[in-house]
Amino acid sequence: MGLVALCGGCGGGKGEVVRVVGSTSVEPFAGELAAEFNRNNPGLYVEVQGGGSTAGIKAVADGYAQIGMCSRSLKPEETGFTTITIARDGIAIVVNQANKVGGLTREQARDIYEGKIGNWKDVGGEDKAITLVTREEGSGTREAFEHLVMGAARIARAAKTQNSNGAVRQLVKGNEDAIGYMSLGQVHGELKALTVDGVKPTAEEVLAGKYPLVRPFLFVVKGKPGDAAQKFIDFVLSPPAQAILEKEGLVRAK
Amino acid sequence: MAFAAIAGLALITAFIFKEGFPLMVKAGLRDFILSDEWRPLDRLAPRFGIFPMIVGSLAVTAGAMTIGVVFGVGVAILLTQFCPPRLVGLLKPAIELLAGIPSVVYGFMGLVVLVPFIREHLGGSGLSVLAASVVLGIMVLPTVISISVDALQAVPRPYYEGSLALGATEWQTTHMVMLRAARSGIVAAIILGMGRAIGETMAVIMVAGNTIAVPHGPLDSVRTLTSNIAIEMNYAAGDHRKALFATGVVLFVIIMLLNTAALVLSRRRAGGGHR
Repeated sequence: MGLVALCGGCGGGKGEVVRVVGSTSVEPFAGELAAEFNRNNPGLYVEVQGGGSTAGIKAVADGYAQIGMCSRSLKPEETGFTTITIARDGIAIVVNQANKVGGLTREQARDIYEGKIGNWKDVGGEDKAITLVTREEGSGTREAFEHLVMGAARIARAAKTQNSNGAVRQLVKGNEDAIGYMSLGQVHGELKALTVDGVKPTAEEVLAGKYPLVRPFLFVVKGKPGDAAQKFIDFVLSPPAQAILEKEGLVRAK
Repeated sequence: MAFAAIAGLALITAFIFKEGFPLMVKAGLRDFILSDEWRPLDRLAPRFGIFPMIVGSLAVTAGAMTIGVVFGVGVAILLTQFCPPRLVGLLKPAIELLAGIPSVVYGFMGLVVLVPFIREHLGGSGLSVLAASVVLGIMVLPTVISISVDALQAVPRPYYEGSLALGATEWQTTHMVMLRAARSGIVAAIILGMGRAIGETMAVIMVAGNTIAVPHGPLDSVRTLTSNIAIEMNYAAGDHRKALFATGVVLFVIIMLLNTAALVLSRRRAGGGHR
């Protein structure tokens, strides 16, 4: 999708450029919206780049980018920015379709990922060792999972590490004992998304504020954004753009 | 051309040392290499210990070379000593074709065929040292076979005929004359194969599980040095990024040590002979 967005601008390449830099979780969605925006606004060009949430915020601070993309809440030391929630994303805890467990509490999920619970039978499943699957250090999804589920606890070292949602999906799909986590919009029905604290991981429950594992997708700006940047932000928050995000598996901002 | 290659090598070396070395000093060289705590993003107490990855790389490479050398040199002997030349002309190019298969394909085959097989028959999660070793072992075969065959074919014909004429059997001739005469070539084949095994990344990421813990057996998951860099490069910044370059420095040093050792070994042994 990012590629499509980039090439949407290849033809024109002129006019005022708005740089949007940051989280690779937000990038594909922002890219799609940018393609749409560029099509309807000749003379303006929104350019979307990845690099990660932290890099995006730094780019805004340095003045390289007008808008930063961030897939987590700002850290205490990241001050002086204005954040705009453009959408929300649920983090689903996923297991193999064959797994009998239907749900976990957040405490159970934490104990499993910390390594305190090592067998599915302790959470109502079969007598089988749990295979933990996690994301790599630096991943926004991992950061959100650590923040929302782990708290001060650390993910056990025995966890297998995969570096994309797709790789996590592949592993959990192929291993009946595995547990993983990923963006709610990425589950695609091939995996079983567990209820958390008894709440189903669906867009409705996220919107209703009931599903507990939710992270914001933010646009970060410093001071007052320029006219062009503001125009893109307004577009992203408009109903048609929000509908696009929803179709892609995210949950509307409001 | 040759100078350009050397200049390129020097530039790369200087660059990874410049980027990585300060962090090794900051984290403590000893801790960096011997600690098994890798928590590059811990806000209170980041730790940069790559011991598990060093062990992982060595274990996977050793496993791969066991498979690669036994089968590779074995096949090379079969092809050169016991096979009609016309068949060799057919088989050798076919084996070399194996080298043209992209590593991601090997990794994917490993993930969908080998990993479930290990999980069902041997236990564990299947993502293991063993799976990575087997996949890499197959990947190094074309290199090992092809260069070993060339080395064996380069042994002067009179050696072979002389040995047979002295009453040695074909097998005695093979292992006492041919293998000895071709030794340095075969060692070169093994070194090149080893270089490929220790440097391979994509296929290993897919089948090794990438756990940051020292493996205790062939069925445990491991993360290799190359995987560590590739997996975490995407979002790494600041010290984390430097730590990945430092991982590269360690990898570089290990490869240099292995190559030097292998070269010295082959020279010393071949020293008595006349080539």
